[in-house]
Amino acid sequence: MALAVRVIPCLDVKEGRVVKGTKFLNLKDAGDPVEVAIRYNKESADELVFLDITASWEKRKILLEVVRKTAEQVFIPLTVGGGVRALEDIRTLLRSGADKVSINTSAVKDPGFIARAARDFGSQCIVVAIDAKKSSNTRQGKSAWEVFIHGGRTATGLDAVAWASKMEELGAGEILLTSMDRDGTLSGYDTGLLKEISQACSIPVIASGGAGEKKDFYNAWKAGASACLAASLFHYQQLSIREVKKYLKNRKVPIRL
Amino acid sequence: MKKPLIGLVDYDMGNLRSVTKAMEFLGARTRWVESPGQLAGLNALVLPGVGAYARAMQNLRKQKLVGALQDWIIAGRLFLGICLGYQLLFTESEESQIPNETVRGLGIVPGKVVRFQRKKNLRVPHMGWNTVRFKKTAEERSGFEKKLFAGIKDNDYFYFVHSYYPENRAAHEVATLTNYHLDFASSIVRANLFASQFHPEKSSAGGMRLLKNFVSII
Repeated sequence: MALAVRVIPCLDVKEGRVVKGTKFLNLKDAGDPVEVAIRYNKESADELVFLDITASWEKRKILLEVVRKTAEQVFIPLTVGGGVRALEDIRTLLRSGADKVSINTSAVKDPGFIARAARDFGSQCIVVAIDAKKSSNTRQGKSAWEVFIHGGRTATGLDAVAWASKMEELGAGEILLTSMDRDGTLSGYDTGLLKEISQACSIPVIASGGAGEKKDFYNAWKAGASACLAASLFHYQQLSIREVKKYLKNRKVPIRL
Repeated sequence: MKKPLIGLVDYDMGNLRSVTKAMEFLGARTRWVESPGQLAGLNALVLPGVGAYARAMQNLRKQKLVGALQDWIIAGRLFLGICLGYQLLFTESEESQIPNETVRGLGIVPGKVVRFQRKKNLRVPHMGWNTVRFKKTAEERSGFEKKLFAGIKDNDYFYFVHSYYPENRAAHEVATLTNYHLDFASSIVRANLFASQFHPEKSSAGGMRLLKNFVSII
């Protein structure tokens, strides 16, 4: 018996609805977040992630309500991210029922924010989300990936591997690693990227971006991921969480069914 | 019958809301307890919590809750500790701001809380679902323990997130063990007290069953 690899459905939430696009574009409606969360819990999802992609703060109150309602009915860990800029945002989300918050752009703009967040709320609830894209540069003769922010629109010049290590040092409890090249393509996780980052870090790494079939989850686990996140795949019910988990169990991966 | 009233210690250490919601979902009423005066009339007390050990003890001391919690437990009243609220029941923790110094806990169970080793392939925090193994057979369990674990099977999965664990797994209070590089005590039972390193309120059906059993003991 051992710690199980987690299978985590991700819900991109916009103005209170679940949406999903490809490579961060072409958004389509995929349902009511609370209903989707309940369905995923029944399918034995190990955690849930809500990423709020609502632009305006006015409309973000809708998200807090979604988090609140979900936490009243679904008793598994809930991570919420998107536009988290201040300690007060974290406090509000945790009070609404989130167990962890995911921070992306604000970590790049002010790395000290991660240290302060970890100090005030504990590393266990601070997830640093990294959107990485293969770069034309190399890193010690090997492939390199660059960190992007603003939902994938802005390049930062930061090397993803070095950045992940720095985030761990500052107090991140977990890395949510999204391959922008693979996101929404269903062509498999970027295992090269996963290997590099999970070797560089000793905190758990969540693989994200590209899951398309059962064996992708197995490959991510082989590459060092502690958890696998998927969105499109589960939303449109191409594959159920339970099918993925059964497959992994049959391949002797520690899994909770 | 009147709905049971459960107190949740509010000492500014993490998300009280999830435990509150779980208890309300199970039909209990809840009250957040910030001071000893608010303990009157409660049927059970919950000490939840995530975050730093030293700050937790500091807050409990500031709120004059240290003695009140110890009295509650020693009197054998119904008590539930979760995660940090579990670790605080032990003698001391090495999770201190000051190097080589430990922080004193509530001292209900002997033992020190220590950090998982820093070594290759051991990811810390221990985060996610892991199995919980009973230390006692069903026959060896106390009446309280039997009711508490009704419907829970050996090696069921529960949700963990922590970097420290209590070192003493031999104490007679230890009810379950969990393996993460080594076996550690993942829960304890003492008279009418149950406390766990894992989060029942985040452990879906199995965790809710455990909490339901706890509430039904009231």
